[in-house]
Amino acid sequence: MDRMSDHEQSERFAANAKSNGQAHDHAEHDHDHHDDHEEDAAPGNHRLDLAAVRAKLQASAGSGKQYWRSLEELSNDPHFEELLHREFPRQASEWDESVDRRDFLKLMAASLALGGISGCGRAPEEHIVPYVKQPDGLVLGKPQFYATAMPFGADAIGLLVESHEGRPTKIEGNPDHPSSLGGTDVFAQASILDLYDADRAQTVTHLGEISTWSAFLDSAQTLGAAAKGSGGAGLRILTGTITSPTLAAQLESLLKLYPQVKWHQWEPAGSDGVREGAKLAFGRYVNTVYRPENAEVILSLDADFLVSGPGHIRYMKEFYRRRNLDQYVEADRLGLEMNRLYVVEPTPSVTGASADHRLPLRASDVALFARALAAKLGLGGGSASLPPAAEKWLDAVVKDLQKYPRRTLVVAGEQQPAEVHALAHVINAALGNVGTTVYYTEPVEANPLNHLESLRALCADMDAGKVDTLLILGVNPVYTAPHDWDFTSKLKKVATSIHLSSHFDETSDYCHWHIAESHFLETWGDARAFDGTVSVIQPLIAPLYRTHSAYEVLAAFSDKPGISAYDAVRDRLKAANASGDFEKFWRKTLHDGTVANTAFAPITAVAKVDPASLPAAKSASEDEIEFLFRPDPTMHDGRYANNGWLQELPKPVTKLTWDNAALISPKTAEKLGLTHDVAWRGGEHGKIYSNVVDIALSNSKVTAAAWILPGQADGVIVLPLGYGRKKAGYTGSNKGFNAYVVRTSDGLWRASAPASVVKKTGDDYPLACTQYHFNMEGRQILATGTLEEYHKNPAFPHEGAAAPPPELSLYKGKEEYPDVRYKWAMAIDLNKCNGCNACVVACQSENNIAVVGKDQVMRGREMHWIRIDRYYKAETPTNDPSSYNDSLDNPETFFQPVPCQQCENAPCEQVCPVGATVHSAEGLNDMVYNRCIGTRYCSNNCPYKVRRFNFLRFQDWETPTLKLLRNPEVTVRSRGVMEKCTYCIQRINTGRIEAEKQNRAVRDGEIVTACEAACPAEAIVFGDANDPNSRVSRLRAQKRNYSILSELNSRPRTTYLGAVRNPNPELANSSGSAKKEPA
Amino acid sequence: MSAGQPPLDSPEIRRLTPVLGPGHTYGSVTDKISAIVLTRPTSFGWFVGFAIAFSLMGMMTIAIAWLVTKGTGIWGINIPIGWGFAIVNFVWWIGIGHAGTLISAILFLLNQKWRTSINRFAEAMTLFAVACAGIFPLIHTGRPWLAYWMFPYPSTMGIWPQFRSPLIWDVFAVSTYGTVSLLFWFVGLIPDLATLRDRSIKKPAQIIYGMLAMGWRGSARHWHRYQSAYLLLAGLATPLVLSVHTVVSFDFAIAIVPGWHTTIFPPYFVAGAIYSGFAMVLTIAIPLRKAYNLEDFITMRHLDNMAKVMLATGLIVAYGYFFEFFMSLYSGNKFDVFLVQQRLHGPYAPFYYALILCNILTPQLLWFYKMRHNVAVLFIMSIVVNIGMWLERFVIVVISLTRDFMPSAWGRYSPTFWDWATFIGTIGMFVMLIFLFVRVLPAISIAEMRELVAETSEENK
Repeated sequence: MDRMSDHEQSERFAANAKSNGQAHDHAEHDHDHHDDHEEDAAPGNHRLDLAAVRAKLQASAGSGKQYWRSLEELSNDPHFEELLHREFPRQASEWDESVDRRDFLKLMAASLALGGISGCGRAPEEHIVPYVKQPDGLVLGKPQFYATAMPFGADAIGLLVESHEGRPTKIEGNPDHPSSLGGTDVFAQASILDLYDADRAQTVTHLGEISTWSAFLDSAQTLGAAAKGSGGAGLRILTGTITSPTLAAQLESLLKLYPQVKWHQWEPAGSDGVREGAKLAFGRYVNTVYRPENAEVILSLDADFLVSGPGHIRYMKEFYRRRNLDQYVEADRLGLEMNRLYVVEPTPSVTGASADHRLPLRASDVALFARALAAKLGLGGGSASLPPAAEKWLDAVVKDLQKYPRRTLVVAGEQQPAEVHALAHVINAALGNVGTTVYYTEPVEANPLNHLESLRALCADMDAGKVDTLLILGVNPVYTAPHDWDFTSKLKKVATSIHLSSHFDETSDYCHWHIAESHFLETWGDARAFDGTVSVIQPLIAPLYRTHSAYEVLAAFSDKPGISAYDAVRDRLKAANASGDFEKFWRKTLHDGTVANTAFAPITAVAKVDPASLPAAKSASEDEIEFLFRPDPTMHDGRYANNGWLQELPKPVTKLTWDNAALISPKTAEKLGLTHDVAWRGGEHGKIYSNVVDIALSNSKVTAAAWILPGQADGVIVLPLGYGRKKAGYTGSNKGFNAYVVRTSDGLWRASAPASVVKKTGDDYPLACTQYHFNMEGRQILATGTLEEYHKNPAFPHEGAAAPPPELSLYKGKEEYPDVRYKWAMAIDLNKCNGCNACVVACQSENNIAVVGKDQVMRGREMHWIRIDRYYKAETPTNDPSSYNDSLDNPETFFQPVPCQQCENAPCEQVCPVGATVHSAEGLNDMVYNRCIGTRYCSNNCPYKVRRFNFLRFQDWETPTLKLLRNPEVTVRSRGVMEKCTYCIQRINTGRIEAEKQNRAVRDGEIVTACEAACPAEAIVFGDANDPNSRVSRLRAQKRNYSILSELNSRPRTTYLGAVRNPNPELANSSGSAKKEPA
Repeated sequence: MSAGQPPLDSPEIRRLTPVLGPGHTYGSVTDKISAIVLTRPTSFGWFVGFAIAFSLMGMMTIAIAWLVTKGTGIWGINIPIGWGFAIVNFVWWIGIGHAGTLISAILFLLNQKWRTSINRFAEAMTLFAVACAGIFPLIHTGRPWLAYWMFPYPSTMGIWPQFRSPLIWDVFAVSTYGTVSLLFWFVGLIPDLATLRDRSIKKPAQIIYGMLAMGWRGSARHWHRYQSAYLLLAGLATPLVLSVHTVVSFDFAIAIVPGWHTTIFPPYFVAGAIYSGFAMVLTIAIPLRKAYNLEDFITMRHLDNMAKVMLATGLIVAYGYFFEFFMSLYSGNKFDVFLVQQRLHGPYAPFYYALILCNILTPQLLWFYKMRHNVAVLFIMSIVVNIGMWLERFVIVVISLTRDFMPSAWGRYSPTFWDWATFIGTIGMFVMLIFLFVRVLPAISIAEMRELVAETSEENK
């Protein structure tokens, strides 16, 4: 992959700007043309009096030179006068007259539309001429890759972004970046759609009217000058978590300039517990970095550390590297063959669902559990009373943890209070883990502080009228602030409020200035990753609209207004790296995506806290219901609400799309009398009616659809954040319910109330759920076993189903493809899949997959080429109610990504009447969109149901920005056409052509599919099965390699490696969780 | 039935109920049948019926226009249920067509006299049913304007259809069937068209019927040629009765979907087709003979015979259901066993029970002579069987798809307004065509009836 440095970049931008200008001129020309046309319709229908004209000419002869425009003018015709009058501006006479309501509305609509058009700034860029000077390294039609990074909370995810002729189209992880190691997550994958979001704010507005950046700069300087006298006492800045060194430096210099300025931070889904826990344990803020790779036993205290929080992509990678069961991994490792994960949590998370042992406990009981654990380890802290099942579970965990000194890890969850984090630090220290599986560094955040307290102080000051100017950078407090503080009314008291955000959102509505924020792919910047590594954020495209970055907004208040983000970042880096050849260093930094040697060194931090001294954990009383607020798995804190890919992405465990729902445990739901009802249209694969409940909590009320979630602790209701946005945009507004409405400052993550606050309204609400059925019905689909079973019989996935022997085929040898050069195949290690969904979004991005909307999802027509099936393991068939209930309370959960199985003996191919789905020479099942007439017979005959049909025209062909988004190497399908996973055939072809040009075979790993590239767990492996040494061949050679429904003799190229869990023999009866123990 | 007849259930009557009412001569037969077309004033009822049927067809046209504009997404189909009402209706209509060909070809070859007075409109029904059926495979495709790719035409790209697909077999089977049925029907019509030409008094009618009669003069040579052509076409049409629905059943039997992949489908589909076809012939014959006082021509003997055929084919169908279940359970194949459970206990179980009620239980009434001779009962029965056969197709096509191999992909289906509009619209089109047919062509073969007069008078001697 080629990566470019800034030199080429600037040239590229110049080219863009040039063509931009051209595009602009073109547009203006069009306008003129348009005007000409309308002038044809001149008013009046009269005769020209030529005699009168002559007379007039004669009469005026001798009075010097005369110019006349037309005969009509000369004739002094009243019609012509009228024409002149009306000609420009066209509606002038209308304005003089009294305007009736209808005309007024018409004119307003027209001017709004025109205002919109002219106010949007530049039209999307389209190259209409070839490059006069070809930028270095650019070959038209060949993508280029640039290293950049996505700032996300207290982390920055290193990325390589694919660019086609100057437009970014696809995001990949940067293998050289410590936070990514090549993997990505759903947010990183979907962030590219945010760039092209048509609902983005496009220009600076002041009091709701379009303004200019220079007007803002003037205003900012005036405000700054005014504040100078008081040292900036009235000036406040509110940001989210900031890890950017440049921003931090800017803020620092601003604070020097105006000593009284205060910098507040508010991250609605942030981690005060983590920060305060560190402070509690170490006396100051430190940053905790885990090394799951070194851990034999991991205990998660309500931590979803595999998919959320700083470093999660790397943690996932490291964690699953310890779950290889390959023969070729060194066998003489000390410790466990596979690591073992225990999770205590109130609601099933991705991490919990893929754990070896999972114990559902209420969130408040997790603290009790942590104390009891500390006590058992002899760290003091007294005894806590746990339920007997949990007690037994804890005993086993303690023994297991003690068995592997220095090689265990205890992780506390971001939503857990400070005490739990402090306990985790103490326990990790006691177990000797510090230095091997966990280490501490200086904080990554620029200015770590307690966000809740910070926002509280800001609110108090705003209320007291102490805030004259409020600068809100990138956050949306009107939507996210605790509702008891009534941020909105306080914001109204601020004399000048300035909001920088990508969309004109809830907060922008109440601010005087709104600055459209540049996407991270449009602006220079920098950010620190979870381990301190600094990345330079390199833009891939000039801003699509008149947008600006936080760097520029902050600079506006400084003594250097108007400095560009590029200069700001470069200057800071230059200052930090004074020695040596800076240009060389700069180019290398941009190429690598990281600034060399900036990772923080581990510091010595000794947990000084005595568990006994910690405030006693209060367990919520049994008859109370615990309400938990959690960031949504796809919307996070609500910032992604307008992202269609994320809206349509089924949430990992619930498989809900387009909505959040109050998640309720089966028993609690039974108590409250709540149920689901499968709708006839769409059914289990689409539309589920759920009961609606009113939840009256902390003087407020929210109405939500209830979703019964197996595995949730009893008495817990989870209210996912991030939905119910009022001003998110076309895609995101008014979806789901807004949990922030009942979130208060005392119960940021947890509130408890008697069960009576939950009232069934009697209404039903349709939810779009892509997989309601969770039982495998005893079929050989997702093979699972324990490590013990695996040792007894490594071929356990083959039990109960076998493919007919190949000799039975009439077409002997035809399906084996030994004589072709490549036999593409994919192996998916179910051991490593936790359903994180990164592959699903990656596939959507790579293959131009349409978003269909909630209504169509409810009809069972979503278009994802790869889906992740979630099954609960039940020992007994579903129809037995007792076992049903048992497995519902804490089921073992498994995930299975299902792309096209690429059958060698494909049932779809035989039934297509027009040969639109055919076998390629390399054994793949190809789809010929052009030839497809849409009988859907192939889909009916596909046992895996991986084919997707364009029932309507699902693709958005109108929105111009989306045209820039699409991968030019993949057909954009229209309606009436079947489509499906192609193993990223465009990537295969690119790789094959490249290899043929060099007259060699394709190397293993040279071609990676989009899903494989995105997978942080390395669960998906693609390659050539004819090469015995390829990774995929070695996986296929494993005994636990099997194909789904092999008895159908479809001989899929996609095979799976049976999921092996590593339960503690002490706990494992069969399914390995506390549920089997007598209570 | 005229007043002077002995009680219906007396043994003599049972044996002697004629296929043609007593006292008819060549002239009376010709008069009576041609009068419906030529002299009898068009009744108000005809106009009302035609208007209703025509507006239903208009609704279908709108539904199809909307479908072409928006896409098949306006229907209730989804993934995994890729086929819905369109294919259900297609199979149902094709099945209905079968009785016409069976009556006119097979019964002709078997020299069954009682076929004479019902074969004409039964054949017309076949054609119209095939026309209704033919709409669906075309419009159910995602891109109907490209559906011609299913034909092996000489494409400049050198691309042929994919002949392994049963849908291509369908194209051939249905188009052959449609063509042969049309020819057979038209050849049979020629002498009657000549009669109408000769009897009509209006110039346009003379010209049109004259052209259609193709110069028929009724010479012995004409009759000779006519008889051989008719016999040959009957011979040609006979295998088609069996082949068409066999091929249609392959659409399912070839696929691997549990509930489709069954070897019993071909015979069971054919029996089902004849079953529903006879039900439809009854549904048409009963109002027809009432409206045009044709009780002499379409006698109780006809109705009784048709009821017997229904009973027999109904039993074959019941046998098919039984063996479908038995084989599923006996095979031990978990997907097939599951399918049986689903039919009996799944979300769509009521449809299955309704199907059993309509197709197996209710028709057992036809064992009784009194029931077979009660016109009202027969009419209701024929409707019930039509509904039952439609349900059978629904159960096979849709319900099998709702729960197949991957539980994660299970779904459900329910039709939308547009599904219903298209379906009811085709019924409207069918009824409209029948109305037109009755009005402009002899609904009963005049020539053959004259033969029948001759033959029955010989018998009576």
